[in-house]
Amino acid sequence: MTELTLGNPSLKPGSETLFVAHRAWQLRPGLTLAALFVLLLLVAALQPGWLISGDPLDANARQAFRAPDSVHWLGTDENGRDILVRLVHAVRPSLLLGLAATAIGLLIGTVFGLLAGLGPRWLDGAVMRLVDVLLAFPDLLLALVVITFFGQGLFNTIIAVGIASVPRYARLVRAQTLVVRNAGYVEAATTLGLRRRAVIARHVLPNAIKPVLILATIGIGGNIIAGAALSFLGFGAPPPVPEWGGMLAIGRNYLGNAWWLVAWPALAITLTVVSITAIGRELLRRNEGKRP
Amino acid sequence: MNRAWLVLRRLLSGIGVLWGAATLTFLAINLSAGDPALAILGGPESSPSAELIAQVRAEYGLDQPLLVQYGQYLGRLAQADLGESYRLRVPVSQVIGGQLGATLQLSLAAAALALLLSVLVAVLTANRAPWVRALASGSELVLSSAPSFVIGLVLLLVFSFGWHVLPPSGSSGWRALILPSLALALPLAAVLTQVLRQELESTLEQPFIAMARARGLSETGVRLKHALRHALVPLVTLSGFVFASLLGGAVVVELLFARQGIGRLMLEAAINKDMPMLLGITLLAAAIYVVVNFLVDLINHWVDPRSNAV
Repeated sequence: MTELTLGNPSLKPGSETLFVAHRAWQLRPGLTLAALFVLLLLVAALQPGWLISGDPLDANARQAFRAPDSVHWLGTDENGRDILVRLVHAVRPSLLLGLAATAIGLLIGTVFGLLAGLGPRWLDGAVMRLVDVLLAFPDLLLALVVITFFGQGLFNTIIAVGIASVPRYARLVRAQTLVVRNAGYVEAATTLGLRRRAVIARHVLPNAIKPVLILATIGIGGNIIAGAALSFLGFGAPPPVPEWGGMLAIGRNYLGNAWWLVAWPALAITLTVVSITAIGRELLRRNEGKRP
Repeated sequence: MNRAWLVLRRLLSGIGVLWGAATLTFLAINLSAGDPALAILGGPESSPSAELIAQVRAEYGLDQPLLVQYGQYLGRLAQADLGESYRLRVPVSQVIGGQLGATLQLSLAAAALALLLSVLVAVLTANRAPWVRALASGSELVLSSAPSFVIGLVLLLVFSFGWHVLPPSGSSGWRALILPSLALALPLAAVLTQVLRQELESTLEQPFIAMARARGLSETGVRLKHALRHALVPLVTLSGFVFASLLGGAVVVELLFARQGIGRLMLEAAINKDMPMLLGITLLAAAIYVVVNFLVDLINHWVDPRSNAV
């Protein structure tokens, strides 16, 4: 049994793994679409010019409020800017924010979680009380406070959203560490005479971090939403810069005469988060050894 | 474990969290926000005279050592005194008190709606035909992914500007409450339904359900009278999450529907850099969170005495 679980605690006996590998080829249509959409988002973030030509800031008052047609597929906004071009160019800051904020939350959270899970009892107590305090503040409120302190801007928004997700990851990593710490293969490594630091780096961290990384994938979607909410509230980039939340905030003023100002950014945010969440959940399901 | 001892321990840890939150906000005001005396006088742009600054320092006790100020701060907090708003020049607690009702009304309506919807959908879709479950879990995925302000905008587009059946904004009357509470409730209901259905499905496999069926109860009767009671227990544990989601969502939804309330107050405070107001609301949120979790623990213990670990 110990042999089987050496590499990965969630690995099932041989036949089961074969079965999962076989089933992996039968992708479900929803999941395939989600993966394709995420791929599209990545292209839009790295090279928006490959998907669409045009300047997202190119205003033309005579073209304002044009309904979707063959020239402007998704219509134009209140300054005559093409909405599709703006949507595509807004992908980069959104993804950047989601990824960077998750990375910050994950990094600090992992350090906290490892300290609590592996450190002495008093350190565990101290770190977890701090996490309890941070957890008591609702995420969006915490982010608002951080932004009020340090000022607006993409970098500060990333920090704000990232800090708000620290307590969750700290708790997760601590719980995982406690599970892994008592596992047979860690005991075996210690018995073999490996130093404490080597055991942590080679055995505890890799096994504790996998489920956390999968949950972080789902967390990226949540952080994109948090960033869009802050941008919607007016704490994002200043107006002409394309951002999904900011586009919604402006479109809100024209709900009565131009539905397309709101509908497309809303669809973009929703599709992005749905795709990321669907992929994350599938990874989670496979990691738990359930059938895909 | 003795029940009184359990209550006492929970109470102490709750107070500990509140003390920590208060300490964090005190540090926030004093260490990184610049000179509080300057902020009180209207920020660095107003360039007040040195005399005026000294006067304000003495008046607000800012010339005392930091530790003394910390003690006074905690003392004031214990009397529910959150300080004075830099911008409005009135006690923060008074302003919050005036706006709390509107937010409470919205949150409670949303919570009730979310609970009702999730119980209804979960009972109707648990262990049903594959296409029913696929439809339900698909819409749950979309609704739990879309943030409440996006859902709110879509609701506005359809019901206020498309069909003109409900008012787009305002704080008065129950009709103005429908769309905002729906916008807050839908993402919440989606998450709750997922948990509830999973619980229902595992409960429906229990022997006592087979027994109830054998006694000739109808399927609806089995679900409502027997399975639901068991499945509701984990929902209590989620109350903390429900609260956080409601308060965070309220900030955006109140702006979206031009409603009065704490969320709007918070937003204005953030825009005006009104620190005492901002931190006062944050502390209030932390206090509500602590109280909700304390009650959740007690209810959990009462419902299921086995769950009293740590």
